[in-house]
Parts: sequence; structure tokens; C-alpha cells
Amino acid sequence: MAIKVDTDHNVSPDSQEFIINMGPQHPSTHGVLRFLLKLKGETVTQIQPHCGYIHRGIEKMCEKLTYPQIIHLTDRLDYLSAHINNEAVCLLVEDALGVEVPERVKYIRTIIDELSRLASHQLWWCAFGMDLGALTTFFYGLRDREKILDIFEQTTGGRLIQSYNVPGGLMNDIHPDFQKNVKEFIKYFRKILPEYDQLLTGNVIFHNRSKGIGYMSREDIINWGVTGPSGRGSGFSCDVRKHAPYSAYDKVVFNESLEQAGDTFARYKVRIAEMWESMNIIEQLIDNIPEGDFAVKMKPIIKLPEGEYYQRVEACRGEFGVHVISDGNKYPYRVKFRSPNFINLSAIEEMARGQKIADLVAISGSLDLVIPDMDR
Amino acid sequence: MPLDIYDFSSFTQWVHQSLDAVMSPFWVITTEMVLVGLAFLTFYAIVGLMLVLAERRICAFMQCRLGPNRVGPWGFFQTIADLIKLLFKELIYIKKADKLLFNIAPFIVIIASFLALAAIPFALGLHAVDLNIGIFYIVAVSSLGVIGILLAGWSSNSKYSLIGAMRSGAQIVSYELSVGLSLITIIVLAGTMQISEIVELQRDGWFIFTGHISAIIAFIIFLIASTAEINRGPFDLAEAESELTAGFHTEYSGIKFAFFFLAEYMNMFIVASLGATVFLGGWMPFHVYGWDGFNAIMDFLPPFFWYIGKTAFIIFIIMWFKWTFPRLRIDQLLTLEWKYLLPINLFNVVLMATLVLLGLHF
Repeated sequence: MAIKVDTDHNVSPDSQEFIINMGPQHPSTHGVLRFLLKLKGETVTQIQPHCGYIHRGIEKMCEKLTYPQIIHLTDRLDYLSAHINNEAVCLLVEDALGVEVPERVKYIRTIIDELSRLASHQLWWCAFGMDLGALTTFFYGLRDREKILDIFEQTTGGRLIQSYNVPGGLMNDIHPDFQKNVKEFIKYFRKILPEYDQLLTGNVIFHNRSKGIGYMSREDIINWGVTGPSGRGSGFSCDVRKHAPYSAYDKVVFNESLEQAGDTFARYKVRIAEMWESMNIIEQLIDNIPEGDFAVKMKPIIKLPEGEYYQRVEACRGEFGVHVISDGNKYPYRVKFRSPNFINLSAIEEMARGQKIADLVAISGSLDLVIPDMDR
Repeated sequence: MPLDIYDFSSFTQWVHQSLDAVMSPFWVITTEMVLVGLAFLTFYAIVGLMLVLAERRICAFMQCRLGPNRVGPWGFFQTIADLIKLLFKELIYIKKADKLLFNIAPFIVIIASFLALAAIPFALGLHAVDLNIGIFYIVAVSSLGVIGILLAGWSSNSKYSLIGAMRSGAQIVSYELSVGLSLITIIVLAGTMQISEIVELQRDGWFIFTGHISAIIAFIIFLIASTAEINRGPFDLAEAESELTAGFHTEYSGIKFAFFFLAEYMNMFIVASLGATVFLGGWMPFHVYGWDGFNAIMDFLPPFFWYIGKTAFIIFIIMWFKWTFPRLRIDQLLTLEWKYLLPINLFNVVLMATLVLLGLHF
């Protein structure tokens, strides 16, 4: 007699396994992501991520928007690296038109990129601690992130999503106090960051929960296309800032943080190290912002010449790419975003299969998923 | 009415005699039981609300925030407002849930914590039942709570609840051993299980000081194991909100959820009281053998405040655990118990027995 199989879930009635739905409303999927888990007791035997709960059709919408308007949609992809996403579109347009932006713009863009990265990694640290059950981390991280958001608000007018970049430069010049406030923040955060280590990094329970969990080898990471801190945790040198410098990244000296262990703890250490590196980069630039215009004059209607364009930048979670096909109109013919989160998510099954539910939560925390970036 | 805050026995005697004068012995006992029950219900509610408030304030203090501060002074009435809200909330019933077990479960949990309260001495003479096996009774009764948790998880017809309940079952049954053994260490030292005698024996110094290194080890193990037994962080796997949303009480709402919530806080109060009584002398003031003047000064503070102070100290430590540590994983939790705490504990009991046999304790 054939065993009756539930076709939806592929679990036979005799099996010891059961199916559990994690999400779309679940505290540790950080948004509307849904995992369909097949469990054997506490052990995860199969994971199916289901996306699409926050799909807004951004790529399609871009086809009916002008290039300066697209900026306001790329904000809404990975909202924690909004400025960096905008920069990708701006760089693409500037490259296509052969516009050279002033040095001042490059410096300011880079500083705000790195401030975004700091804010994003701080929020990741909060949420990662929460995922592991250390609730206090959340408030420590948010306390410090608030200071960066204040700096953003002062200069750009926006706290989370700034839309500060425009093709050809910036929306407006920096606030007169910008340099002073950033320097104050860096001084403050250099003292605070070791506190993060004291609270979480050295904790023995944290080590047990993260070391050896969600291991992925360098080959697998490359095969799955995992980039950003998650890729660098496995020793995959994939920092676009280093390999294809844009804006002012060719003018600063910084290390690409690499870890070889490939587990959750390695990804954690990469992000902590990146926070130190971000501060180094900002310190090198903040005093040397050249005088000049904050934007070049662009034509009121930007039309890209016919052809295909691709621009990649290092967003907070990995390589963010914009692929535009233009037919010479003021609207792009087709836009495709390479969002790092969607590709990082695909590796989660490899990482978490055979581990416990609690490990799955730790792994998805260490990949630092932002759901709107996946669904677009 | 002879109310002496240093010795409540004259007060309880007076109540007994006044009742005796007006009714038959059967009704005296019945009335006294009802009175004690009412007193405990009030006490239960007040302590529960105070602990919720204290937890909020303490965790806010540790997390650079203010905590509740709008409703009344220091947010004093915030928990009361929350309780009223929970009372009026709709009770959600789950389709295909086992109705009987689903309804009984919160009561089992709350009754277990309520029963344990009976054997705790709050001050000299303020003691509902002074059993000759008091500690055994508390340990036995407080482990009834796990039945409620298992039933809640099983009857909810929810997979998250079931996983939470199974975790909780494994956890409480394991850590029960460590709590029991660390108490046995002190019972070996004291030579009795009667709680009033245990407190009395600490007149010349609390057991944690007179019991050598062995008592200190037992105290630390007791703290860890009892935190695990009451399902609090870092051992809150049964409700691990980042994994199981709310674990065994995911499907409960309104006042039934409040019962679980309250029972958790009362269990914390009970283990803290037990720890304070067994290791830190209960209501006994801080005495040093031979220093009569010093001891007399210490006696000025009434026993009830000594008891509350020590209990609050242990509660603070337990809260501190929760707000600083990440959560363990289920296999690590069981490893900690069976591979570390239990062997250390067994060795510790032998060590204590040797110390007592050789008369090396103070």
C-alpha cells in the first residue's frame, strides 16, 4: 500500500516529523518573512523560505518613473542602507552621462555611507542580541543609533530614509554643524563600542550559542553568492569598496574585515570589526571635506543613452547592484536590483539544516536580513 | 490587640483565643483557615503586582530607560491598570483545543505556587503551617506547576505551545534535582527539614557563613537551578519569545494569561524566600556569635524587614540574570544540568556530610 503523502507539506502521516510555520508574523524573522520548517523534535530538517509578503513591485514601478524619482524608491529597498542604495542609482546615471561630480560630493557621500553602515550594524547588533534572548542589547544599540539619526536629520531632513543623493550631487549642502557633530559622535562611539563587547561578545553563553553554528565554507559561500559581512565571515573577500572603489573610497586607507571560521560568531566579529573600520574611514574624511559645489547642474530631464548599465556598491548587507536597460527615453526600459538580502537568504537552508530551532534564529540573525529588500 | 512587630506569635495567639471564646473548636479552625486563605490571597496579589512593577523598573534601569512613570508615583499604579485591562480582555478559545485541560492549566500553575506559600515563615510567629518536613513540602508542591505548563502546551492545539511545554518539562524535571540536592546539602548541615528550626539554627550566623565553602557552592547552584526551575531568563526556553513567540502560553489571553504571568512572579518570590530562609537565615537578623552588642543592634530591625530585604536581594539577582544573559539552547541547558551541576552537587553533598561528621563547621 502506498504511503499517503500530504502533498502540501511532504510529510507522511507515519513520520515523526512535523511542519511548523515560522512567520510571517514572528518576532525573530524581523518582518514579514515566512519559514516553513520541517522539524524532528527540536531539530530542523528542512527549511523553505517564503517571500513576497511585502512585494511592492518596485522594479516595475521604476519603469514609469524618471531617474531622479527612482531615488525615492531605492530608499525603500533596504531601508537601513537607504543612502547607499541611492548612491548606486546616482553613480549609474552619472557614469552613463559622463558627469564628473565635485570632490566635495564624493567625500560627503562616503561619510554618510559609513554613518549608514554604522547605524545599520548597530541595529543589527540590537536585533541579534534579542534573537539570542539578550534583551538589553536592544536598548544599548538603539541609544547610540539615535545619535547618528540625529545627524542625518540635521543634514538631510530624513532620519531613516534620507533621499539625500540626486543624480549629479546632493540634494543640499551639509549642515554647518555636521562636521562637529560627526566628530563628537565618533569620539563618543569609540568609547561605547568596547561596552558592546563586554555585554555580549565575551559572554560564555553567547559563545556556545554562536560558535560552530551555521557553518558555511568559502566555496559554498561563493557558490551561493553570499556577499557582505556574511560572505566575509567565511573568508570571501567581496568588499566592493575595496575591489571596485567608488566615491571617495579610493582616497582612504581601511582594512577589509575577514574571518575564516564561517560560522555565526565569525559573521558577528566581521560586523563588529566593520564598525571600527567605518569610524576609521569617517575620521580620515571628516576634516578634509573640500570646498566646492554640492551638485553639478544637470538637465531638467535626464535621458540615458540607449544601452545597458550596471553599477554595484557595498550596501550594509552585501553587494547591491542596479542594472538598467535604457531605450534613450526619460524612463528606464527595465530596471533590476541585485539585492543582497535575497541572495543571502537563499543560503540559509544550507546553513541551518540539521541544527536546532534556536540555531535557526541565531543564523537568520547573523545574516542580518531586511525583508523589504528581498521582496522589492 | 497585642500587635508586636518583633514577635507575631502573641498576635496569632490573641486571634485564636478571641475566636475560641465565641465558637466551637471546629468553627475556630475553619474560620482561621479562611482568614489565612484570605490573607494569602491579598498577599499574593500585592506581591505579584509589586514584583511586576519592580521588574519593569529594574529592567528599565539596566537598559538606560525610565520604565513606567506616568500612572501614580514611580508608575506605582501602572501594574494595577494593566491588571484591570487583562481582567476585561476577551478570553479567546481555540478550535479543537481540549477545553477542560485548557481551562484547568492556569489554575494548576497558580495553585502550585499558592500551596508553596503556606510553609514559608515571614517573620517570627508569622507562619501558616510549620510542617516537620517543610522544605520537602515546598519542593514537592512547587514542582506541581510543571503539570500545568505541560497541560497548557498540550491542550492548546498549537505546535509552538507544544514545543514550549516539552522544553519546559525536560527543563523543570532536570533542574528539580539540583534544587533538591542543594537544599539537601543544607539539610545535612541543619539536621532537620522543619523550616522554623532551620531559621532558629541560624541565630548565631547564617548557614551561608557557617557552612564553609560547601554552603556557598550550594547557594550558587541553588540560584542557578531555581532560576531554571521558574523558567526565567537565561533559562526561559519554555517561552523563548524569539523562537516560540510565547511558548506554552501562546494561545492564552486575558486573565488566563495573567495567571501564568502572576504564577511566574510568585514562583520567583517563593524560590527567593526559600533561598533567603535556607541560606541567609530567613527572618533572622545578621548575628555574629559572641558579639552580643552588635547582635542587639541588629535586632532593632524587625524580623519581617530582614526577611523582605533578603528576599528582595535574591529577586534582584534573578532579575539581573535575565536582563544580562543571552538564552541557552535546549541541549546546552540539559548539558549544564546533567554534566556540570549534578556531579558538582553530589560531590558537594558528600563534602558537606564529611564536614558535619568531622565537626568542622562553625
